Amino acid sequence: MIANLSRRGLLGGIAAGGLVLGIGLPAARGQQQQRFGADGMPNGWRDDPRLFVAIAEDGIVTITCHRQEMGQGVRTSIPMVIAEELEADWSKVRVTQAPGDEARFGNQDTDGSRSLRHFFTPMRHAGAAARTMLEAAAAKQWGVPAEEVRAANHAVLHEKSGRSLGFGALARAAAEMPVPDRTTLRLKDPASFRLIGKDTVGLLDNHDITTGRAGYGIDARVEGMLHAVVARPPVFGGKVTSFDAAEALAVPGVVKVVAIDAPAIPSEFQPLGGIAVIARNTWAAMQGRDKLKITWDDGPHAVYSSDTYRAQLQEAARKPGKVVRSAGDVDRALAGAAKRVEAEYYIPHLAQTPLEPPAALVRIRDGQCEAWACTQAPQATRTRLAQRLKLPEDKVTVHVTLLGGGFGRKSKPDFVLEAGLCSQAMDGAPVKLTWTREDDLHHGFYHTVSVERLEAGLDADGKPVAWLHRSVAPTIGSIFAPDPKHELPLELGMGMVNLPFPIPNIRMENPEAVAHARIGWFRSVSNIPHAFAIQSFVAELAHAAGRDPKDYLLELIGPPRLYDPTDLGDVWNHGEDPKRYPIDTGRLRRVVEAAAEGIGWGRAMPQGSGLGLAGHYSFVSYVAAAVEVKMGSRGEISFPRVDIAIDCGPQVNPERIRSQMEGAVVMGTGLALSAEVSFKDGRVQQNNFDAYELTRIDSAPREIRVHLLPSRDYSQPLGGVGEPGVPPVAPAIANAVFAATGKRIRQLPIRDQLTT
Amino acid sequence: MLSLRVNGTAHEVEVPADMPLLWVLRDVIGLTGTKFGCGIAQCGACTVHLDGKPVRACILPVGSVGARQVTTVEVVGQSAAGRKIQEAWIALDVPQCGYCQSGQVMSAAALLARTPQPSDADIASAMSGNICRCGTYMRIRAAIKQASEA
Repeated sequence: MIANLSRRGLLGGIAAGGLVLGIGLPAARGQQQQRFGADGMPNGWRDDPRLFVAIAEDGIVTITCHRQEMGQGVRTSIPMVIAEELEADWSKVRVTQAPGDEARFGNQDTDGSRSLRHFFTPMRHAGAAARTMLEAAAAKQWGVPAEEVRAANHAVLHEKSGRSLGFGALARAAAEMPVPDRTTLRLKDPASFRLIGKDTVGLLDNHDITTGRAGYGIDARVEGMLHAVVARPPVFGGKVTSFDAAEALAVPGVVKVVAIDAPAIPSEFQPLGGIAVIARNTWAAMQGRDKLKITWDDGPHAVYSSDTYRAQLQEAARKPGKVVRSAGDVDRALAGAAKRVEAEYYIPHLAQTPLEPPAALVRIRDGQCEAWACTQAPQATRTRLAQRLKLPEDKVTVHVTLLGGGFGRKSKPDFVLEAGLCSQAMDGAPVKLTWTREDDLHHGFYHTVSVERLEAGLDADGKPVAWLHRSVAPTIGSIFAPDPKHELPLELGMGMVNLPFPIPNIRMENPEAVAHARIGWFRSVSNIPHAFAIQSFVAELAHAAGRDPKDYLLELIGPPRLYDPTDLGDVWNHGEDPKRYPIDTGRLRRVVEAAAEGIGWGRAMPQGSGLGLAGHYSFVSYVAAAVEVKMGSRGEISFPRVDIAIDCGPQVNPERIRSQMEGAVVMGTGLALSAEVSFKDGRVQQNNFDAYELTRIDSAPREIRVHLLPSRDYSQPLGGVGEPGVPPVAPAIANAVFAATGKRIRQLPIRDQLTT
Repeated sequence: MLSLRVNGTAHEVEVPADMPLLWVLRDVIGLTGTKFGCGIAQCGACTVHLDGKPVRACILPVGSVGARQVTTVEVVGQSAAGRKIQEAWIALDVPQCGYCQSGQVMSAAALLARTPQPSDADIASAMSGNICRCGTYMRIRAAIKQASEA
């Protein structure tokens, strides 16, 4: 791609004098003044057009995407926003991927469903500023006031004289124009959008993907490249006691065997240590690894077994714990309730298992380190690579490939550091390091394991007057701090403490849990167990009250109103300003109603079929799922249809929002039905996809209908899309199973709980 | 030295006969369109055609290929079925991350070549060996149907 562009005479780079020319790059903005949204992220945001837009003399516009593509469509959607304001012809737009460099591009950490939420406005500004510079160049050339010209369809026009100049012809002169102040920019009227909010643009990398030409981290290749795999401690926190590599080194193609030090605990994103085998090809490296003779010291976590740990979580959930939200007097209200309902819900560890396992290529030449990696967090990767290899950060370049899925796993750069250490051990020779699927399942950053215990008191009308929720789960904080036993505010704020139900007596507690494995974020994170428990429990309460679950849920949500999340005890609010992003129960109601209407809630269902519903607020978006299940003769579940409704505020790329919702339904189905990571004696029991079972085409919902709640007001803040679709799916399934069978699912995965 | 015919080209490769075809394609010949996902024929990301039949290259010893023609995703579009499948994939924006789609396209192209008008059951049977972690199954089914009508 770079070569092609230079052949076209790209006006970019330091020498060429194009729009991308980097004179006086803007300093980090906002971080000192504010702390929410993009301002609150490390290195904030940028909107300087010279960083993101380059125009060649042939008119080709090259847009730099600084966020990472992992299937959410960001390499399409961010360029769409710039191209919209630029008035560029999409067929003349090319996209290049930024390396990890947050000082230059602003925050690049692609997680938390926030790429468009944080960069919609900066990217509009970047596009509008570049357009303004093109207009100014044309006006100057024609000697007319800038107000008399306007850009449209890849050219600047002067209507009075009928003159027009294409973007390519103006590129060089436009680069000489001052970058306009953002407060003077004229943004487009959303009524005239051609790309934003439309379905006019296909997925940017679609052709390359479909023809096998797309480059992922595992596909990176350079001349003379070696290949590596690592034997890691089978138990988290374990160490190599001794090893014998003689047989491994005898495998044809094996070049070297290298020890990687075990990390200090907490290990953050550092590699787990172990023995790396470097070879001429991946297969030889894998064969060599099989021949290693290693004695391990398992360390303290060899005690970790999921069966006993679950019992510990349950025991903790049945006793009082740290109070994280309290209103009224729950104990008294429970004691005086007409009816009491209690339930415990369990979700095991999960692994993200992006279909492309972690893989990276690193080479070090002349003191310069280059990495090619499928990373969600290229700046974090760069910083830690520099630290670990003891190189100055400006000597480290992280090129970002496409990601073959991420789901949070690839936010952690441990695998890139492993590749860097192998390259260093080979005097800087290029080494590509690949994780096998077994490595991915055995040595991951797992979704937490949790018990959620809920207890409610109902009044004579079946209405809840008391709500007691205890959440017990090892925290993500355990990879950053020594032995923390409580969930972080960001975990509690994922749909637990920010419960927007107007119940007079509420207490939420977080009893202690010890982490025995690396806990990491998995798409939707703690929203998954919280939504499963709460939305299942609401349906249980409806049943106890003898009410329709949908009516009951809507009554519990109550009339449309706004909550300041801090008033609910949520100090996090997905990083967003609580004033700008209040919790809007009206929006939650509307998605529940839309999903229910979509599935035909209330229609007569045949024997063995049922409908279930759940709604959840996460990543400052509102999603509800309605599921139809059909039970087979032996208790097997199929899903004729799922309706999922999302209100994510203004929509940039509706086509990708739909695809994210479809995918979320499938991922939610998988974790409801079959996915589980369990430990025995500190070791993960699932080796591969034969035991860690994912949804396949024949077990996925037959039809998924996505309802996008309309929002045309682009002055309103955007919500997240990548993650919020997942949480309501599993409880909607469990509720549908109850409707179909009368059996209440309180632990996931369902697996064989219903088979007869 | 083993002889191999890949995408119409003869290759002489110096690898052990038990090396899976996948790694020969990716690491030795340099065709990276065929993906590694599991190594035990559970996910289908490595699907290639041997004389037109879909096989999982991750468990196929290269020594067992013999004179059979290996076709990968890079050239499957040269066949009518492969071209129709790729066109439908693009028209319906099937991929999300796209990593599994090489294998999906290869399985789908083989299905379409032998069953020009596949039923839902045919599609489920032919495609259930291919995992898509992003969950694009509904569009995969729709794209196969669209390709079958093209």
